[in-house]
Amino acid sequence: MIPIVSNRELAPNIYEMVVENRILARRARAGQFLIVMPDDHGERIPLTIADYDVEAGTVTMVIMAIGTSTRKLVKLGPGDSLYAMLGPLGNASEIENYGTVIMVAGGVGAAPIYPIARALSEAGNRVITIQGSRNKGLLFWVDKLASVSSEHIITTDDGSFGRKALVTEPLRELLEKETVGCVYTIGPAIMMKFCAETVRPFGVRTIASLNSIMIDGTGMCGGCRVRVGGETKFTCVDGPEFDALAIDWSIATARQKSFCEAEKCSLDRYIELNGTK
Amino acid sequence: MSNQSPSDGSTARIGRTPMPEQDPKVRARNFKEVPLGFTPDMAMREASRCLHCKKPLCREGCPVGVPIPDFLALVAKGDFAAAAEKVKETNALPAVCGRVCPQENQCEGRCLLGKKFEPVAIGRCERFVADYQRETGRISVPKKAASNGQKIAVVGAGPSGLTVAGDMILAGYEVTLFDALHKPGGVLMYGIPEFRLPKAIVEAEIASLEKLGVEIRCNSLIGKTITVDELIRDEGFDAVFVGVGAGLPTFLGIPGEDLGNVCSANEYLTRSNLMKGYRFPEYDTPVIRGKNVCVVGGGNVAMDAARSALRLGADTVKIVYRRSEAELPARAEEVHHAKEEGVEFLLLTNPIELLGDDRGQVRAMRVQKMELGEPDASGRRRPIPIPGSEDEFDTDLVVIAAGSRANPVLTHHTENLELSKKGYIVATESGRTSKPGVWAGGDIVTGAATVILAMGAGRTASKDMDTWLKSGKEGWL
Ligand SMILES: Cc1cc2nc3c(=O)[nH]c(=O)nc-3n(C[C@H](O)[C@H](O)[C@H](O)COP(=O)(O)OP(=O)(O)OC[C@H]3O[C@@H](n4cnc5c(N)ncnc54)[C@H](O)[C@@H]3O)c2cc1C
Ligand SMILES: Cc1cc2nc3c(=O)[nH]c(=O)nc-3n(C[C@H](O)[C@H](O)[C@H](O)COP(=O)(O)OP(=O)(O)OC[C@H]3O[C@@H](n4cnc5c(N)ncnc54)[C@H](O)[C@@H]3O)c2cc1C
Ligand code: SF4
Ligand code: FES
Repeated sequence: MIPIVSNRELAPNIYEMVVENRILARRARAGQFLIVMPDDHGERIPLTIADYDVEAGTVTMVIMAIGTSTRKLVKLGPGDSLYAMLGPLGNASEIENYGTVIMVAGGVGAAPIYPIARALSEAGNRVITIQGSRNKGLLFWVDKLASVSSEHIITTDDGSFGRKALVTEPLRELLEKETVGCVYTIGPAIMMKFCAETVRPFGVRTIASLNSIMIDGTGMCGGCRVRVGGETKFTCVDGPEFDALAIDWSIATARQKSFCEAEKCSLDRYIELNGTK
Repeated sequence: MSNQSPSDGSTARIGRTPMPEQDPKVRARNFKEVPLGFTPDMAMREASRCLHCKKPLCREGCPVGVPIPDFLALVAKGDFAAAAEKVKETNALPAVCGRVCPQENQCEGRCLLGKKFEPVAIGRCERFVADYQRETGRISVPKKAASNGQKIAVVGAGPSGLTVAGDMILAGYEVTLFDALHKPGGVLMYGIPEFRLPKAIVEAEIASLEKLGVEIRCNSLIGKTITVDELIRDEGFDAVFVGVGAGLPTFLGIPGEDLGNVCSANEYLTRSNLMKGYRFPEYDTPVIRGKNVCVVGGGNVAMDAARSALRLGADTVKIVYRRSEAELPARAEEVHHAKEEGVEFLLLTNPIELLGDDRGQVRAMRVQKMELGEPDASGRRRPIPIPGSEDEFDTDLVVIAAGSRANPVLTHHTENLELSKKGYIVATESGRTSKPGVWAGGDIVTGAATVILAMGAGRTASKDMDTWLKSGKEGWL
């Protein structure tokens, strides 16, 4: 059982949860994730290690409550514990000095991108962060991201904060005027795909962190497989980061949809039993 | 109850005692165990068929040398608890083995009676005595040697690891059992379905290990959470046993295999068994409920997937296998059960492509007919495609059960561990690896094999580990 230290709402439906897990905190590296089970009837779901504190022995996750498992999680707080947690999983980000790096975060992607931005900044990179959100209210960790970025650009779909644009617009402008060593993109699949298409003509190395559906997270089931550069890869052990220009996005998004009906059925039942919150 | 002398063999000729089973139509829609088990009378009747051969071939056929005629004699006398103890002298998990061993290739395949009549139903008797002992609570607590303070790490809680944990705790060591998943048991928990091996049986075995003092640490992916080298260097373990199985699914490499609703048998069975997806939405993990399911492969794994698909509500389930019936590697009983339940067998048929719908989910399978040519390296006749025999049929769920390989998570994060070309751990007869203090056994050494071979490897390794530790860690390879 993993004790929960704190849980607070960062933005509507987006929660920051800190748990105690000494071993994981000691081992965690930027870019890695973990698998949690809220309770013994629960699913095993992957979440990025958004932050970790070796001394306190804690790990931070940022969770967007969308379906049954994430709603179950965010309802828990100090005094509760999680049934199971496995990690750290996946490969750590390759932290090199690329010169200038652009980090594109969409929505809840701001959380996973933070430890990578921090590590890249510590490695001497000039980090430019583009944080995109639907509106002002859904923004979170703005200060945290700004603190590890040389430049921090915010875009919203409705213009309620920062620039009214899609993240790909400032991305293209930056690529046009600067020499960029690497682009990171983390967020909804569709956004990552469009970032990849934006960067493609510039030939800059682009890395996306995939959120394939997982179960074990140990390479045992192959459920998380994706096609990258014509090869089958398992996101949990070969990723989660891949060359965004080589990912077959149509397969990645199709595989994400296989359980739609079941997810809806599960959520309807959950709401019936627990109310909407 | 009959009072027949166990050795007169007069009942040998009478047919094998049939196993009471759930009706095929009923059971194909539920997850309850299929064979219901012998009654005491049935067990005594069956055991009394044994001829008590001077040179029992059955025992030679058993990978762990269970004293078969001796235990059968006790069954025939009605002394079931003693019979169970007899089996446990060499087999720590008889309730499991009685259910899942391929007896027709082992003990029963060698049984002398089988030459003229039908072999003694050894597996069913083994299952009976183990169940009897568990259900009546007549399990004698094994004697535990005085604690010697040395620490053993067992990595992987499948049959090989469970055996080592049990042997070493009884020999007086402190044992910690690590597993990556949230529940111990390995394939017994995540792979083999409830209707073939009730999880309560596996859980009872694990509970008794815990009662003996084995510490179980789930959610520990060795190689990631902590490495083998750290277990020895930082955590002070005196010896390590690696029994991580062959948990890496093989795919076919055909076009369309990455479409949605195409999954490995490992995924399908893990969702259904370990995560209890068959009880979705009471349990949160869904499992695809295909209406027209195709399972590719012919082993136990394929049979388990096909039979699970029926129970999850499929209208049709096809096994697609590229060789003929004679080559089906599954246990005979599983094939028989699958057929009774209505699974169709498309033999000498090989999938060549999967076709998707506009949502990227599988909608059809293209196949090709095969014929058998010369024997290949495995000794089985090689299937050769017949040109112009392509065919296509609709499907909404494809489960690939084409075998498994070595999972590299542990092996690639362990220093100086010699691996074979295919990534399995190289180990001696007694399980020693190239790394002093580290043993390995089960599927991670042999490739996908059987429960009993994994347990046998565990037993051999424990004995050698004990000797090495008692000798003061003298010598290695
Ligand atoms: C490597 C990785 C890192 C992730 N990091 C984060 C994170 O930091 N914060 C966060 O909020 N989310 C993260 N996710 C996504 C998160 O795992 C899913 O949102 C969650 O599993 C949804 O579960 P649910 O029951 O609440 O929703 P559901 O209703 O079950 O599903 C909603 C959507 O989530 C996806 N999903 C469903 N089940 C799974 C599963 N078992 N594994 C992965 N995706 C699934 C599907 O695309 C589905 O359409 C990450 C995913 C991956 C693979
Ligand atoms: C569906 C199915 C049906 C089968 N049916 C039969 C049958 O009827 N009869 C029969 O005899 N055999 C059968 N088998 C084969 C049999 O189950 C295996 O040969 C046997 O379980 C192998 O045992 P093992 O101890 O090597 O490992 P496994 O049972 O594979 O267990 C390995 C354990 O190690 C854990 N692990 C893996 N990597 C790590 C790591 N890095 N760190 C920590 N833990 C790790 C895994 O989570 C797992 O729990 C079947 C197999 C399957 C998949
Ligand atoms: S071979 Fe058959 S008949 Fe002979 S001892 Fe074994 S079980 Fe009995
Ligand atoms: S989640 Fe099962 S192999 Fe990646």
